[in-house]
Amino acid sequence: MSIEQVYSAWGRGRHASASHKAIAPRSVFDAIRAFSHQRRNVLAYGRGRSYGDVCLNPGGLLIDCSGLDRFVSFDRESGVLECEAGVSLGDILRVCCRSEPDGSAWFLPVTPGTRFVTVGGAVANDVHGKNHHGFGTFGRHILSFDLARSDGSLLTCSPDENPDLFAATIGGLGLTGLIVRVRLQLRRVPGTALQVRDDRFNSLSDFFALADDAQDDWEYTAAWIDCLAAGSRSGRGIFSRARHHPGGHAVPPPLLPRKSIPFTPPMSLVGGLSLRAFNALYWRKLGIRTTRTATASYEPFFYPLDAVGAWNRLYGPSGFHQFQCAVPTRTARDAVADMLKAISMAGEGSMLAVLKTFGALPSPGLLSFPMEGATLALDFPARGDTTHRLMRRLEEITRSAGGRIYPAKDSMMTAEAFAEGYPRLQEFLRQVDPATSSGFARRVDLLPAACESGAYGNAT
Amino acid sequence: MGMPHEGASRVAIFGATSGIAKAVAKLYAERGGQLVLVGRDPIALADAADDLRVRGASKVCFHLADLADIEEAREAVEAALRALDGIDVALVAHGSLPDQQRAQSDAAYAASQIALNLTSPVVICEALAAGFQESKKGTIAVVTSVAGDRGRQSNYVYGAAKGGLQRYLEGLRHRLHASGVHVLDIRPGFVRTPMTAHLPRNGSLWVDADRVARDILAAVSSRRQVLYTPFFWRYILALVRALPRSVFHKTKL
Repeated sequence: MSIEQVYSAWGRGRHASASHKAIAPRSVFDAIRAFSHQRRNVLAYGRGRSYGDVCLNPGGLLIDCSGLDRFVSFDRESGVLECEAGVSLGDILRVCCRSEPDGSAWFLPVTPGTRFVTVGGAVANDVHGKNHHGFGTFGRHILSFDLARSDGSLLTCSPDENPDLFAATIGGLGLTGLIVRVRLQLRRVPGTALQVRDDRFNSLSDFFALADDAQDDWEYTAAWIDCLAAGSRSGRGIFSRARHHPGGHAVPPPLLPRKSIPFTPPMSLVGGLSLRAFNALYWRKLGIRTTRTATASYEPFFYPLDAVGAWNRLYGPSGFHQFQCAVPTRTARDAVADMLKAISMAGEGSMLAVLKTFGALPSPGLLSFPMEGATLALDFPARGDTTHRLMRRLEEITRSAGGRIYPAKDSMMTAEAFAEGYPRLQEFLRQVDPATSSGFARRVDLLPAACESGAYGNAT
Repeated sequence: MGMPHEGASRVAIFGATSGIAKAVAKLYAERGGQLVLVGRDPIALADAADDLRVRGASKVCFHLADLADIEEAREAVEAALRALDGIDVALVAHGSLPDQQRAQSDAAYAASQIALNLTSPVVICEALAAGFQESKKGTIAVVTSVAGDRGRQSNYVYGAAKGGLQRYLEGLRHRLHASGVHVLDIRPGFVRTPMTAHLPRNGSLWVDADRVARDILAAVSSRRQVLYTPFFWRYILALVRALPRSVFHKTKL
C-alpha cells in the first residue's frame, strides 16, 4: 500500500522537498518484494540527511527504509557487523562502539558530520569523514551488501562477487537497486575519547602547511574558514585535528538530539547579522590563544550540529543550499582562494565553511566524490537569484580547477559539471537498475527525464 | 553488548513487532535485559530476536500467538512467565487502528476491532495479574492512546476500545495496589509506526517511537501510573476533555 506524503531532504525549501508516493516496508522481505514489483521511477529513502534532491524522486515512488533498522550480527572478535540498510550510524555507535575496560573499542572506520544517517545512505553516497587521508571513504570498509534488483534478483555484492555492481552501488546514489543488508568492517581504536587540538591560521597557505604537518600523526583533520573575512584576512580560520586518546572512554551520544528547534520560523534566522556574529565569535573561539588542546568525547568533534535537532528549520521555509566541491591538489589553493573571493564579492556568507584535505586513497565507487586534493563545504540560505548566481560562479571555479561537486550536498549542479566531474559515468550507466530514478539523476541528465522500462543499458 | 546491569530485567512484550514495542525492546536489550517476544509473524520475530541479541539482550526467546484469539493470548502469558522464570515488566503493545468509516457500516469488523484493542489486552492483563500478584512485584504496562480520552466522530470505535482499556487499568491498579504491582497506562499521541504508516505524518505533533520508548522506560522505573507521551498531550487532552459539548460538537475532531 502506498501513501502520498511530503518527503524532504535536509536543505528543505522547494528545492529539497516534494510530495511523493511512498511505501514503508517493515522487513527486508517486504522491501525486496515491494521493489521487485516496480518497473520504473522508484528510489530508496533513508533519513533524508542528504541536502538536495539526491534522496528525492518527485513524481515517482519512494521506498522508505526506516523500517529496515535491525542488526543481524556483530562479531566482537573480528569487528564485522551485519545490519539492515536503515540502521543509523548513531545506532551503531551505541550498540557496537562502547569502550572496553582498557578503553579500546570497535569504532566506525569513517563517519560523516552527522550520526543520523543510515548505513544504506552512507554506502549510496560513499560518504567521507575527517579521517579521509588515513581511511578513505565509507565504501572502503564495506565487505559486502545484499542488493535487490527490480528483476526480482537479490545479489550479494563484494569486491569479488558481482564486482561491477559493487563498484557502481558504492556512491551510486541509489540508482543500481535497493540495498537491503550491509556487512561492514569496524576498526579497532585504543580509546573512544579524542585528543583535540585547535590552531588559528591566517591564510590559506598556512592552512595547507598545517594540514601537511598534521596528517601523519593526527587521523582526523578539518578547518573552519572565516568566509566573511575579506582582503588580507581572507583565508583565515581555525584548524582542528584529533586522534583517539588511548584508554579514554567516551559515552556514546544519544539516539535523539538533546534539544530541538520546535518549529520553522517564518523567515530565515540565518543571514546578515547572525551570520556575521557567528563567524566573528567562532574566530574568537580560542580567545587570545592561537592554539588549544583538550581531551574530550568524540561527539562535539564529529557531530557538532547533531546537538540541536532540526537545526535546518532555522533557515525558514525557503530552506538552504549546500555546496561542496573537491578540487585536485595542483589547483586547490587558488581555487579555494577564488571561491572565498567570490563569496565575499557576492556579499553572501556561509554560516559554516569547512575546508579539509583529501588523501590519496582511492575511492571504491564509480561515482565516489572524493579526489586527492582539498574539499570546501558551504551553506547558503536560499535567497533566490543572488544565491543561484553565486552557486553558478562556484561551480565555474570548480570546473576550471578540474574538480567536482558532491551530489549528496547538491541542489544546483548543471549536467555539464556532473558529466565533467564524474568521468566513469558511462561505466556506471551499464549497472543502473532500470526501475530506479531520482530528482537528482533527472536534473543532471544522469537518467532520462521520462524513462521507460529497459530504455537504457542493463548489465545483468 | 549493552552494559550488564545488576539483576537485568525480565521483560515480556505482547505484540512485539509493533513500532512502540520494538523501540522499547531495544532499550531493554541495551540494558542487558532478558526478553520474551510474543507475536504472530515468525520471520519478523526471528529478525527482532537477532537484532536484540546484537543490542545486548542477555536472553531472547519468542512465542508465536495470534493475540486476537483469547485462548492463545492467555496461553502466551503462561508461556512468557515460564520462559523467563517470572517477569519483571510486561508490555502489552498490540493493537490496530481501525477504519472508522468501515466500523460504522460493518458490524463484524467493528466487533473484531473492539476484541483486538480491548478484549485481548484485558485477557492478557488478567493472566498477568494472577502471575504478578503471587510475586508481589513487577510492572504491567499497557499501551492505550490519547484517543481513549474523549469520543470523537473521526475515531470513536478505536477511542471506545482504548477508553475502555483505560478504565479497566484503573480498576486493575486499584485491585493490585495492596500487592505492590505497578500498573502503567501509556497514552501515546501521534507516533510514526507501521500502524500509522497510511496517514500523512509531517506535522510537528508526530514523534518517533524511540522518543516514546524513552518515556516509557522512565515511567516504568519511576512507577508512574498514567503516562502521556510526549508530555504535551497531557495538556492538549485536558483541553479537549474540558471543551463543553456545545463547542466540541462544532469541531471536526
